[in-house]
Amino acid sequence: MSGDVIIRATDVVKHFPVQSSGLRRSRDVVHAVDGVSLEVKQGETLGIVGETGCGKSTLARCVARLYDLTAGRVEFEGHDISRLRTRRLGKVRREMQMIFQDPYGSLNPKRRVGSIIGDPFAIHGMASGQERKRRVQEMMELVGLNPEHYNRFPAEFSGGQRQRIGVARALALKPKVVICDEPVSALDVSIQAQVLNLLSDLQKQLNLTYIFISHDLSVVRHVSDRVMLMYLGKVVESGPSGQIYARPRHPYAGALLSAVPLPDPKMMRQRQRVILAGDIPSPIHPPAACRFHPRCPKAQARCAEEEPALVARLGDPADHTAACHFPLAEGENLAEARPTLAEELRVVEPEAVPDGAELGYDGLAERSNP
Amino acid sequence: MALLEVKNLKVTFPTDDGLVQAVRGVSFSVDRGKTLGIVGESGSGKSVSTQTIMGLTRGAQVEGEAFFQGEDLLKMARRQLQAIRGRDVGMIFQDPLSSLHPYYRVGWQIVELIRAHDRAISKKAARQRAVELLRLVGIPRPDVRVNDYPHQFSGGMRQRAMIAMAMALNPALLIADEPTTALDVTVQAQVLRVIGRLQEEFGTAVIMITHDLGVIAETADDVVVMYAGAVMEAADRDSIFYDHHHPYTEGLMRSLPAYGDDRQRLTPIGGTPPSLITLPSGCKFHPRCPYVMDRCRAEEPELEPVEQRYWHTSACWLPHSGPGRQEASERVYGEAATR
Ligand SMILES: Nc1ncnc2c1ncn2[C@@H]1O[C@H](COP(=O)(O)OP(=O)(O)OP(=O)(O)O)[C@@H](O)[C@H]1O
Ligand SMILES: Nc1ncnc2c1ncn2[C@@H]1O[C@H](COP(=O)(O)OP(=O)(O)O)[C@@H](O)[C@H]1O
Ligand code: SF4
Ligand code: SF4
Ligand SMILES: [Mg+2]
Ligand SMILES: [Mg+2]
Repeated sequence: MSGDVIIRATDVVKHFPVQSSGLRRSRDVVHAVDGVSLEVKQGETLGIVGETGCGKSTLARCVARLYDLTAGRVEFEGHDISRLRTRRLGKVRREMQMIFQDPYGSLNPKRRVGSIIGDPFAIHGMASGQERKRRVQEMMELVGLNPEHYNRFPAEFSGGQRQRIGVARALALKPKVVICDEPVSALDVSIQAQVLNLLSDLQKQLNLTYIFISHDLSVVRHVSDRVMLMYLGKVVESGPSGQIYARPRHPYAGALLSAVPLPDPKMMRQRQRVILAGDIPSPIHPPAACRFHPRCPKAQARCAEEEPALVARLGDPADHTAACHFPLAEGENLAEARPTLAEELRVVEPEAVPDGAELGYDGLAERSNP
Repeated sequence: MALLEVKNLKVTFPTDDGLVQAVRGVSFSVDRGKTLGIVGESGSGKSVSTQTIMGLTRGAQVEGEAFFQGEDLLKMARRQLQAIRGRDVGMIFQDPLSSLHPYYRVGWQIVELIRAHDRAISKKAARQRAVELLRLVGIPRPDVRVNDYPHQFSGGMRQRAMIAMAMALNPALLIADEPTTALDVTVQAQVLRVIGRLQEEFGTAVIMITHDLGVIAETADDVVVMYAGAVMEAADRDSIFYDHHHPYTEGLMRSLPAYGDDRQRLTPIGGTPPSLITLPSGCKFHPRCPYVMDRCRAEEPELEPVEQRYWHTSACWLPHSGPGRQEASERVYGEAATR
């Protein structure tokens, strides 16, 4: 089912200016995304994982052109869309839709569900009156909502149902690509499973392409054909999901996978956990060279001097790449690794990101979907 | 004797829409040095249960008993309960800012807490203790950071500072309500390790409240599974994971995207949790249960031992001994029942 490359991003960079606090002027920027390339094939799911603030959402918003790029290029179906202006973006917006994390925050509580799902029709001046109602009810049926609840308000739906409303709205204009930003993170496991099944059924039925963002490694593993792991605005490892989970190459990937609590006590007892010290450094002054070096259990002097390239390792398939000078060998025990990098290069003082830097989504959620 | 023994706790909230039956006859106990995991979907009554025994639910109607070191917390005078909170029972919450005041330095807040419960201790000694506690929970350069305000800490550091505060007076019991839900995997691992170390060092008992079965697998000795304000199943950890009886426990396990599966469909629990104002008749799980029988709609089952093991109980009408339970599973889930 998967075929041609539908999205190709090359060296995408997105910096946000840091708001100056009080009298102090600042020319600092947040390095939210710093040179990321990706390819998504028609009909497949690309998973993007990483810890909070690593740039997943920002990258997705650059790809969907909800943000202007600081640098780099994004192609959709072979056309460069990175410099398109608002008016010409309409078609791209129709074909690439987003689903958001918060099934509460992203739906206006004062509007009826039918009219929320019908938004995309209104914005693009398509289907009105009875025709619009018919198509909205069709969407409701498709995502497992009762079409008779057309006139209800969001508050009358449970969390899982609200997420279905978000899905219905995203699919209303029959997009080719759906970007799901933490679509199940706010849901309980039993409901999460319902929504994940729905997304997978719809993908098959409508031949959709997904970019699926989550910090939950087991959810991403479950839905993705290929996975990209990010750290501080960069891709550290990328490849077929089976590969990455079975044979992580990047020490950060190894540590992360070892730290996920699994619902299986016997496995947990056997497993060697690697607990990383310290916090994620500030994205305003990210560490030089390999950005992971202050926390890496394998760090050596070279790691703080020379940035590792994102390339495939000997013995790995060509599309399994990792950015590390000293990648994990098969069977290597990361828990026993000791860094030889000088001590003073291995402390990170967490630096508070200035006010405002982490704001600015909730308003977007309503607006950006069309 | 158990350190904490809660018996038949009932909590209802009168609201404009009617009586919310948040907790409907919950019993559990925690032994010294052990960890009790409480797991269940949001709204199942996990937080209300523990907050009520610590006197933190306002405007609620409360029934039942909660014996802590032999005394019933629910019958205690306000002052007495206040003294126990912080000194004998430490609490940590999902949102660290609910216990850390934004306007005061982190260190000062810990010092104040220590001095509030121990008048004899000097300011200087209390401050030293605060630094020591911050070091214990893994705050880098604690002698300097002790002077920071909460907003100067990262999310993970705030969570750790809250743990430091909860542990400041060496409590016998630590109640951790979703302590890592807002945290990233690597920070979560750090926080769980800190709790585990403190527990080892001081013999603290822990109540770990979470909706994450992975966290339960990692930390709990015993587990209570809650649904709609009641205990559905209670047992030692391994029985809950490998030998569960209750269909709700089974449903939770089956919903998880386990590692190593290859994009198979998940098996969700259908439907949604009930309204706590108009609860279903009989077994409260029956509208979502794939095993539902006529009897389930009419009568509510009580917790009964599974295979005569007094420490493993389940509130369900399916057979509690013999092959009947397993056969039911095969009927409902087919081949997949034997995992
Ligand atoms: N509008 C903005 N202005 C300034 N900084 C921003 C803005 N949006 C994001 N950032 C910063 O860019 C970095 C990447 O943010 P992003 O939201 O992409 O992370 P994420 O990986 O999606 O994290 P999460 O898992 O928390 O959603 C963060 O440091 C964030 O604070
Ligand atoms: N003060 C209150 N007034 C009315 N209902 C409440 C109050 N506090 C909690 N509840 C209700 O009690 C139920 C159980 O809540 P809670 O214990 O917080 O669930 P959990 O911690 O398991 O997610 C929920 O339905 C909640 O809405
Ligand atoms: S390049 Fe060096 S510091 Fe970076 S991940 Fe590899 S070993 Fe660790
Ligand atoms: S009592 Fe009946 S409805 Fe309730 S869990 Fe058991 S089988 Fe299901
Ligand atoms: Mg995000
Ligand atoms: Mg709670």
